[in-house]
Amino acid sequence: MAEEKELKNLVIQGAVYKTTYTKRFENRVKYVTPDPNELYSFIPGTIIDLFVKTKQKVKEGETLLLLEAMKMENQVRMPFDGEIVKIHVKKGEVIPNRHLMIEIKPTK
Amino acid sequence: MSLRSNVLDLRKRKKEVQKGGGDKAIEKQVKMGKLTARERILALLDKNSFHEYDLFVEHAAKDFGMEGKTLHGDGVIIGTGTIYDKPVCIFAQDFTVAGGSLGLMHARKITKIMDHALKMRVPLIGINDSGGARIQEGVNSLAGYGEIFFRNTLASGVIPQISVILGPCAGGAVYSPALTDFVFVVENISKMFITGPSVVKSVLGEEVSMEELGGAKVHAEVTGNAHFYAETEMECFDQIKTLISFIPRSNLKKALPHKPKAPLKGVKVEDIVPADPRIPYDMRDVLKSITDGSEFFEVMERFAPNIIVGFGRMNGETVGFVANQPMVLAGVLDIDSSDKAARFIRYCDAFNIPIVTMEDLPGYLPGVDQEHAGVIRHGAKILYAYSEATVPKITVIVRKAYGGGYIAMNSRHLRADFVFAWPTAEIAVMGPEGAANIVFRKEIAEAENPEEMRQQKIEEYKEKFANPYVAAAQGYIDEVIEPSETRARILHALQVSENKSASMPAKKHGIPPF
Repeated sequence: MAEEKELKNLVIQGAVYKTTYTKRFENRVKYVTPDPNELYSFIPGTIIDLFVKTKQKVKEGETLLLLEAMKMENQVRMPFDGEIVKIHVKKGEVIPNRHLMIEIKPTK
Repeated sequence: MSLRSNVLDLRKRKKEVQKGGGDKAIEKQVKMGKLTARERILALLDKNSFHEYDLFVEHAAKDFGMEGKTLHGDGVIIGTGTIYDKPVCIFAQDFTVAGGSLGLMHARKITKIMDHALKMRVPLIGINDSGGARIQEGVNSLAGYGEIFFRNTLASGVIPQISVILGPCAGGAVYSPALTDFVFVVENISKMFITGPSVVKSVLGEEVSMEELGGAKVHAEVTGNAHFYAETEMECFDQIKTLISFIPRSNLKKALPHKPKAPLKGVKVEDIVPADPRIPYDMRDVLKSITDGSEFFEVMERFAPNIIVGFGRMNGETVGFVANQPMVLAGVLDIDSSDKAARFIRYCDAFNIPIVTMEDLPGYLPGVDQEHAGVIRHGAKILYAYSEATVPKITVIVRKAYGGGYIAMNSRHLRADFVFAWPTAEIAVMGPEGAANIVFRKEIAEAENPEEMRQQKIEEYKEKFANPYVAAAQGYIDEVIEPSETRARILHALQVSENKSASMPAKKHGIPPF
């Protein structure tokens, strides 16, 4: 099974090993530091209501949208005082997990 | 009525019930590419050895129009028989009877044979092929599952429990196989999941086929729920028989010895392994160079292939092998391989099977994904499993044994009974490249030609530390051996360990890092 695969490099503590990769290793998600100005879905679901518009000023804690998932309505709220930069979802849209919903920026 | 007519009546009744769900349902089963429950039992057990119990049990449902219906055997066949002349208890769900759905009496039959297996200390084999809970029986059906799970847990580590998934096994039903020792799956036939594709779609909007969600390959390669994968049911039964031949009947016994055989000629261990620790080879070839008849029966072959676990024989006796596989991910320990090895080690320890560890690894796999997924607690499992195991434990360090990986792979410090090392072994806190960068950081940075200095320092470190003799000087390694002596040394170590007596402090149970 393993012999048929092409040998690749795996670096561990400075040493370069010739070996093969597993599917799980190849498909691993590269870590990106989360950007506080991007609101991603935390569960797949449906956008059942959207309360804000682009450029709107929003206070911390105000509800931006309702994401329905697992028979629950999840309120997505503003994490800090700021402004809506861009909205990436529409009312009624079904979105997967980790989907960019809204871009925001803090008030200076 | 004469006795004769009574006998004829019995035969007639038996024949009727043994038809299961009837011709139409059987035809459907065959169309799905599946054998019937009865055919499966007969194919797996020794010829004419099967004896069935509770054939005339009927279902207990009283609602939703069920009261007038007959369900032959209530959709499950239970009994006893033999494999290679050794007794087993067995149940097989009959999908042709109400989709093999589990009701109260169905569950009672299963728990009856489970109790029997536990009391008689014989292996239990469960063939799963069921649509799930019998909705018409409501909470009685749930109670049935609970009673089965409880017994699976009681029997765990006492008798071997084998689950064979030959059809759907969905919802709560999956937890019985998950609690057993070995799960067998067959391509296109086995389907296991907690929630099926339709629920996944309606709730989460994710489109997935049954095969992609919980088919045989998925469980053999991705989830690690299955231990053996076969293309056909008959191949699966052969695998079960082979497994049975390797393991003891219960935790009170040892596996039955077979006739000792020498490894096949022409398999020379010293020709397999390159001296450069960065060049891979297939560790299975090393295992086959030392086992009886060069036979190795691999467990979880497709899951976390960076570690190899499985059974072989040494001088006729069953041995459990745990070995790093340099051919995949350089043989690192990671979450999946630690989990896989730890479980196998605990199996061997519970069932009196000596463990031989073949070591060649650069350490644990670095990465954010590993750290965030909990490589600390998962990696700890292998330390726990080796430390608590009291069966004979033998380690052969083939090449690399760096850092935490060295400690984890049945080192002297976790109470290995015998530790051998090849002259190619490098037992060190890390590989020469990493160590030189740290130890000689200043010299390298201040050198006129840092790269040249780095290479020089790596060589220096290699010379001094990347060998078995530093560890041997401390007694952490018992003997540095020539590769060609490996089999003979293991055989001798096993012979010396035959009456090993070791125990853990008295306790109710430990708290392994689950």
